[in-house]
Amino acid sequence: MTDVGAEVPWRRLDGRMLVVAPMQHVVRLLPLLVILLFTGRGDPVRLWITLGITVALVVLGLVRWKTTRYRITPDRVELHSGWVRRQRRSVPRDRLRTVDVTSTLLHRVFGLGVLHVRGASHASADHHGLKLDAVSVAEAGRLRRELLQSSPAPGGVGGRTPGPDQAADAPDAPGAPGEVLSGDGRRGDHRHSRVLSVLRWPWIRFAPLTTSALAGTGVLIAAVWNVVSELGVRPRDLPFAADFEQRVLGAAIWLTVGFLALALLVVAVLGALLMFTERWWGYRLTRDDEGTLRVHRGLLTRRSLSVAGNRLRGVLVSEPLLLRAGRGAQTRVLATGLGRGSQGGALQPPASRSETHALAALVAGEPVERSTLAPLRRHPRRALWRRLTRAVGPALVVCAAGWTVASTVAGWSWLGPLTTALAALAVPLALDRYRNLGHLLTDRHLVTRWGGLHRHTVVLERSGVIGWRLRQSVFQRRVGLVTVEAVTAAGDGGYRVTDVTAADGVALAAAVTPSVLADLRRSAPPGAEEAPGDLAAQCAGRGPQERLDHR
Amino acid sequence: MQPTAALALPLRPPAHRVDPRAVQWWRLQGLVALVVLAGPQLVVWLALGASAPFWLLLTTILTALAAAVYTLVVPPIRYRIHRWEITDEAVYTRSGLVVREWRIAPISRVQTVDTEHGPLQQWLTLASVTVTTASARGPVTIHGLAADDAAELARVLTETTQATPGDAT
Repeated sequence: MTDVGAEVPWRRLDGRMLVVAPMQHVVRLLPLLVILLFTGRGDPVRLWITLGITVALVVLGLVRWKTTRYRITPDRVELHSGWVRRQRRSVPRDRLRTVDVTSTLLHRVFGLGVLHVRGASHASADHHGLKLDAVSVAEAGRLRRELLQSSPAPGGVGGRTPGPDQAADAPDAPGAPGEVLSGDGRRGDHRHSRVLSVLRWPWIRFAPLTTSALAGTGVLIAAVWNVVSELGVRPRDLPFAADFEQRVLGAAIWLTVGFLALALLVVAVLGALLMFTERWWGYRLTRDDEGTLRVHRGLLTRRSLSVAGNRLRGVLVSEPLLLRAGRGAQTRVLATGLGRGSQGGALQPPASRSETHALAALVAGEPVERSTLAPLRRHPRRALWRRLTRAVGPALVVCAAGWTVASTVAGWSWLGPLTTALAALAVPLALDRYRNLGHLLTDRHLVTRWGGLHRHTVVLERSGVIGWRLRQSVFQRRVGLVTVEAVTAAGDGGYRVTDVTAADGVALAAAVTPSVLADLRRSAPPGAEEAPGDLAAQCAGRGPQERLDHR
Repeated sequence: MQPTAALALPLRPPAHRVDPRAVQWWRLQGLVALVVLAGPQLVVWLALGASAPFWLLLTTILTALAAAVYTLVVPPIRYRIHRWEITDEAVYTRSGLVVREWRIAPISRVQTVDTEHGPLQQWLTLASVTVTTASARGPVTIHGLAADDAAELARVLTETTQATPGDAT
């Protein structure tokens, strides 16, 4: 710690948290409190318990506010919290990667935002980052800007320096709390932010095709069911239940199943549409002069994610099977320090394929045909055999097990044909997985695509590659294939180029990091020395059949 | 052997082997596994006496046999496969019995260097060195170095990384 650091005064969370924190807990405990109050029929003990809980929450909030302090020194962000269990956490500022601001409805009513900063390394303290819950929206915006400046300016210690940042934030602070987090781009302040993408409502048609939305629907149903059963309402007691039951029991079994499936589908679609609206309302993606990407979105809970340009390592286009079938896709950002908690790095809601690739190219800073839609090099035929054996092998095992059970256990005879049908599906799956394999090295990026049920296309900056893992199983060794994984600090930590020939794999690594691989390579036969870095030569040298049909 | 040469990965093996005592260390690990896996089965079989099922004896013997074969056969093979090297530019290792794996971490990207001595390693005066980069998938571990070599290696690597500016992401 430097001398200057010692002089930086500690700051407290916003005073409004004294109200907001207890209210948050009350909201969370609402079902319990409602039950306590309304099922006891005026039982005074229950009243006292409710009162006690409320008082405890207020006291807890007060203690938390009194004991939590934070400060930003020239080289660290420090947070002290806790009364019984004191916590002192500090993250070096040069490790900070992302800052995001979330504000729930309650926070927004009071003009507050939760600031979450995350570091780069995978040491736990850095990785989980620090959470300031909560500061005023103006303060959050100011802190975010200050922290994201790549090198902390000596003058800007502790963020006390009045400057254009604060001036720009000032009009945001009072009034319209829904606007404040999204205010800085649109109103033309000192930073010229370019809007890369805004919400287009036709995208909502892709919402039911995403599994996260379906999962959200499940949660929704479960929540409703919980509340209904906690309130002591038995579905059977509802007036129309008996009549309904009569009809269901009277109808044919396929009708019942069909009806249930239809009902589930309708609920799922409705849930997905609702989730989409909540998540992506007011969505806007901007990039400012310094290259900081900023995503604003959310209806009830406003979320804002900022990724500094120097943290950006690439972009990922993700196509889960359903979404792919609906000709949609989603763009995610690869940035260092962007944990899974940071909203998965989603840059755009699921959108049409062309829009997704266009945005990915925009973020990567290259034309589409040199980023996610680049004409990728196909992987050798041997890779197809590997895909086939890997898909069909386990499927055959399952199939055999299915037939064994079917022939030995009475009443399970349907299991055999069913597993056979499933096993037959393995073949097209393997073919698709092979068709999707591909990679290419452009001037600035390594592009790789893989996956069948969930297809990924990754555009990773060459300079973002911080190591290599080359893996060869016994089978791969026999046919001369290798899986090359480019290790990076962003995203999943590494992205694979699956099943390329051994010579190509090493040549790829050598082309990205020439100095590192230089003296590790064995003198190769002259034919294998083809540089994969030259896109034009590759397109010319390899026939069109060697290129991937990416549509 | 022309086809084999064309199929082989055109990377030279890392220069150094690990300490020869690593073979003993892996053997001891195999023995520990043998005791942990077969021991309880044997105890149960003895405790049950005459009422013990026959298959329990069978699994005990099979477990013991598998562990014994592993202990005898695998460590020397592993000793031949596991190699490491620190070049001017990178930390380079090769490992893996069934799935062979080469890991390359550029020195300029190294963030931390840890040495670790497990109880068995301490007894044999061995150590493992783990070099981490900013990636979750990145750590490069060299198992079974002589303790002195490991300390020296960690010192040299730490000095080199401290000399490199930036945060290595």
